[in-house]
Amino acid sequence: MPYRAVVIGVSAGGLEALREVLSCLPADFPLPLLVVQHLGVDSDDFLARWLDQRCAIKVKEAEDKEPAAPGTAYLAPANYHLLMEDDGSLALSLEDWVNFSRPSIDLLFESAAEAYGKGLIAVVLTGANDDGSRGLAAMKRSGGLAVVQDPAGAEFPVMPRAAIQATQVDFVLPLPAIGRFLANLYRPA
Amino acid sequence: MSPAREEPAGEAKEIEDLEISLLLEAIFRRYGYDFRDYARAHLRRRLRHRLELAGLADLGAMQHRVLSDRDFFELLLRDLSINVTEMFRDPAAYRRIREDVVPLLKTYPFVKIWHAGCATGEEVYSMAILLHEEGLLERSRIYATDFNRVALQKAREGVYSLERVRQYSSNYQKSGGRASLVDYYRTDNESMLLKNWLRQQVVFADHNLVTDGVFSEMQLVVCRNVVIYFNRDLQERIFNTFYQSLCPGGFLWLGAKESLKLLQIGEKFRELYGEEKIFKKNLQ
Repeated sequence: MPYRAVVIGVSAGGLEALREVLSCLPADFPLPLLVVQHLGVDSDDFLARWLDQRCAIKVKEAEDKEPAAPGTAYLAPANYHLLMEDDGSLALSLEDWVNFSRPSIDLLFESAAEAYGKGLIAVVLTGANDDGSRGLAAMKRSGGLAVVQDPAGAEFPVMPRAAIQATQVDFVLPLPAIGRFLANLYRPA
Repeated sequence: MSPAREEPAGEAKEIEDLEISLLLEAIFRRYGYDFRDYARAHLRRRLRHRLELAGLADLGAMQHRVLSDRDFFELLLRDLSINVTEMFRDPAAYRRIREDVVPLLKTYPFVKIWHAGCATGEEVYSMAILLHEEGLLERSRIYATDFNRVALQKAREGVYSLERVRQYSSNYQKSGGRASLVDYYRTDNESMLLKNWLRQQVVFADHNLVTDGVFSEMQLVVCRNVVIYFNRDLQERIFNTFYQSLCPGGFLWLGAKESLKLLQIGEKFRELYGEEKIFKKNLQ
């Protein structure tokens, strides 16, 4: 398998979008998934618990220095940036806001691109700002695979549209197809 | 969109990593500040950020600059120290300290607390207020340390922007505050000035967790959102320093997303309140 991790960036409209994508993945999905969903600074781990109940894969909040395991989605905690280290472990940071966001999608995408180069799949979903497009361009430069939700059907099209304008995106897919696309990458022949 | 800069891949990335290691080695030998075991992803970002702002060609040029220009080094020092904090940050954890840890601290004749990496001091004053309200401040001493002298000076002064006072008051109330936060500061233009008597039992000191060791026996070590910038080896070392510093049964209080779970030193502590990240050193 050439891919080593999936990163997902999503903002407004993310709750349902994440459920739709992550619930398609089987429990033995062979890659870790790192997710930045923009949240209010005081949010608790409700989203992780809510998704975990609805998905076959494990969904949890990222902890500092935790090694990213396959079949698990790690959500950036509210008010912390989530980064990936070269050794595949997760790191948190309280650096300044980037694109008015902490966590920032750009930061996750850029650091994961550094760590995994062409072994990375990045997915941009619904959202009302342009966080993620800079990071998506960075990951394309290092050879990763870019998947963006079709703005036409997105609850909030601004973020996917900005991502498509920022770089050469490999696949533009409607939401229901994105989860299937990821799952099919690893369906036994 | 920012202009496309070629992303380092393969060999280029290896070279950049080597350049970073050399730069950190140079800083350590010239100035004694040791960033060699900082978490790389974070470090890389901060260094590139400064590289861009300074208009330097590459990290090699930055190394030359930092060796010959102390002011530039001071800038870099500030880049590498993140000072995000607030009064009564994570109010539920403060409430836990107030309701369940302070009663245990009260069993000691004198209580020493180490706020390691106190940044600009907001949480130090929060602790002083809490101890005061619980009747323990008089027989406590708080050692508030940081390696960033600019931040430490701010901590000493205890002057903060009034812009955040509403959030601080709300945190304080949620943390189980017994009075009103306004009792503890006076205002001057746009600032809140913490009252002098809150500092009475506080010792502010320049201390570098990476290179300096234990200086007294503590009943409680508070170190929140500091070690996330360190790699695991350095985390082990720092927590070992805290372990050495704590009395048997002493308490360690970490940041909301930090834990001892992945570290060997974790065996020497018991998780007392997992949600609030409060650990207790084993009695052995």
